[in-house]
Amino acid sequence: MFESLSSKLSDLLGSLRKKGRITPDDVESTCQELRIALLEADVASSVTESFVERIRSRSLERLPEIRQSTNQSEEIYSIIKQELIAILGGQGRRIRYAKTGPTIIMLAGLQGSGKTTLAGKMARFLKEEGNTPLLVAADLQRPNAVTQLQVLADSIPVPIFAPQVGNGIGDPVEVAKSAITYAQEKVHNVVIVDTAGRLGIDSELMQQASSIRQAINPHEVLFVVDAMIGQDALTTSMAFLEGVGFDGVVLTKLDGDAKAGAALSIVEVTGKPILFTSSGEKLTDFDYFYPERMASRILGLGDIATLAEQAKKALDGDSAKRLEEKFVSGQEFTLEDFLEQLGAMKKMGSVTKLLGLLPGANSAAMKKQMDSIDDIELVRSQAIVQSMTPDERRDPKILNGSRRARIARGSGRSVTEVNSLVDRFSAAQKVMKQVRSGGGLPPGMALPAGVSLPVAAQKSSPRTAPKKKSRSGNPAKRAAQEGR
Amino acid sequence: MDLFGSFLRKFSKSKASIEDLEEFRQILISSDIGVKICDEIIDLVKRERSDTVLSAITSALKSKLTTSLRSINLSSDGPTVILIVGVNGTGKTTSAAKLANYFTKAGKRVLLVAADTFRAAAVDQLQTWGQRIGVEVLSGSNDSDPAAIAFDGAKRARDEGFDFLIVDTAGRLHTKSNLMDELAKIQRVIEKVTPVNEILFVLDGTTGQNGIKQAKTFATSVNLTGIMVTKLDGSTKGGIAIATEAALQIPLKFVGSGEALEDLVPFDADGYISELLT
Repeated sequence: MFESLSSKLSDLLGSLRKKGRITPDDVESTCQELRIALLEADVASSVTESFVERIRSRSLERLPEIRQSTNQSEEIYSIIKQELIAILGGQGRRIRYAKTGPTIIMLAGLQGSGKTTLAGKMARFLKEEGNTPLLVAADLQRPNAVTQLQVLADSIPVPIFAPQVGNGIGDPVEVAKSAITYAQEKVHNVVIVDTAGRLGIDSELMQQASSIRQAINPHEVLFVVDAMIGQDALTTSMAFLEGVGFDGVVLTKLDGDAKAGAALSIVEVTGKPILFTSSGEKLTDFDYFYPERMASRILGLGDIATLAEQAKKALDGDSAKRLEEKFVSGQEFTLEDFLEQLGAMKKMGSVTKLLGLLPGANSAAMKKQMDSIDDIELVRSQAIVQSMTPDERRDPKILNGSRRARIARGSGRSVTEVNSLVDRFSAAQKVMKQVRSGGGLPPGMALPAGVSLPVAAQKSSPRTAPKKKSRSGNPAKRAAQEGR
Repeated sequence: MDLFGSFLRKFSKSKASIEDLEEFRQILISSDIGVKICDEIIDLVKRERSDTVLSAITSALKSKLTTSLRSINLSSDGPTVILIVGVNGTGKTTSAAKLANYFTKAGKRVLLVAADTFRAAAVDQLQTWGQRIGVEVLSGSNDSDPAAIAFDGAKRARDEGFDFLIVDTAGRLHTKSNLMDELAKIQRVIEKVTPVNEILFVLDGTTGQNGIKQAKTFATSVNLTGIMVTKLDGSTKGGIAIATEAALQIPLKFVGSGEALEDLVPFDADGYISELLT
């Protein structure tokens, strides 16, 4: 996401970096380039103009001061970043929960922006945070939107309120109203209402959304926007703001390569913050929106904070602790631990997505590497280890030819694959030993996740293995060194 | 559109001032036509010798469009096979249904194939449409291989003498290379039975500059033969459709503009441009 915007800005700042001293002319030409970069990223032209103007005046104003600095391009960079964070919403905002009764969240947006999928993802996310969400199928317009939500609800699973089959039949206002009563009876603390998609100018559907809003008086009305939307974002979001009204924005389909400049426009023009982002086809591809991280991402700095958080979430507290103790006490890291880590990796989401969070992930070389990684490898590795006996998992040294052949048959993989997994595993074991002999570990360090990355990422593809090994091997080493 | 109108009244004169051109530039950019193509058009307008600025603008815009035919490539023997592709949420399923309706109204026998086995209830969505139009919808169970369903559809369409076979595929973000490969596979498998005549790329009219990238990536996996632009009934100007056609030289064939089955019309370049300019 934001990739082209990032690479454009990177190029721009790179050329600035080559210069020792920055002149007012440099500022002007940077602003001109920035302007084109933003327009190509679908930032609305009025927003682009005002953004560039702010950068220009801020930079020129601070130019004397900047020219004292040893790294002048860095200063310009940070001005752009601060402005970006400011536009994107400064601190970021969380859901405002109701003091009593269920918190009602209503989703509204254009057709095809991803509302129904999002409703499912949000329900799962909020459930994970300890809530008891109820999904409400109030999109009675689109054929089988109700069925779609039903399928999603069942797969999470969360309860769903869907009294009407939809397909143009039934009154969505009635559905929404009775859903609230139902939620109160069943003591759900969050209600997520999926509404029909609409086109900006369709006054009838706009009216319907507005009626639903009046009937249930939601605590949060969230405007769902496709990250790929163009200049029309401005008109549409204003139409929604006036016609229905909303309190926050959710950005969807951020896993594509859209520059998502519209996000900047919408936030700037409506003054409403982005609350969540959604980025993939799995129910887990959903998170809070972090302006600071997004700004870093736009500027090509990577998103380490998200990565660390996902790692922490994936390994539940107990197993993380157990692994850590094991590690510190000097016990051998076994294939059983490895299996546990593989499970955790799967929980974290795809390897490709994780790598995308790393700095430099936007470069063409890195992209190529990422393309060659197949997440299915995780599943295969898991199958291989699962086909081993407990004894073999504890002590891979006993794996002779016939055992390996049996494992290959059991997991449906070739003996070569079994061999290479075992080889890589012993290599990883060696690395762990080295790390350990390098010093103790600080308590509470997220070691297992850091360590799990090299092992699992490495096996993705033999071709990419060396590079990944050296890179992802680092966090563990680095962490250990810091711990000294 | 209104902006264009007032602007062009001003432009029935014979020469544009620099301010006028800058204003025109702003309007083009806010239609999502893109900075690059916009600058090219302005250059053309400056150079063009026409009676009025209006006709200069019209011909500059037209010069960017492809000269390829905008009609559907019909099969000379056996069913005309149309594959509907695009990213998520652009309106593929609805467009497939509208297209089926369009041909049915013309007295043709159409078979719809629901090869979107990924999105929850996508198959049901197409089936509901099928019932409304009175067109048979072929589908497999969820999680079944979309290529296999497409293959079955192709065989039935050929053996039972259908005029059209319309295959709705799952939305896929063009950045997912494995899904793009799956699309190529669907095409290959159908072609074991009968040639694929059209691969229509469904483009959401509200999309920004990413639309060009989407189309380009799709074009590397399958041989796109046309563009269908959807959701043009919003406040959207749909400049991205023009930009995409210009960038890939693949003709816009259909325009979807509303929620009713009938809201699908063949793309008409002259009409589109004059509507854009009035």
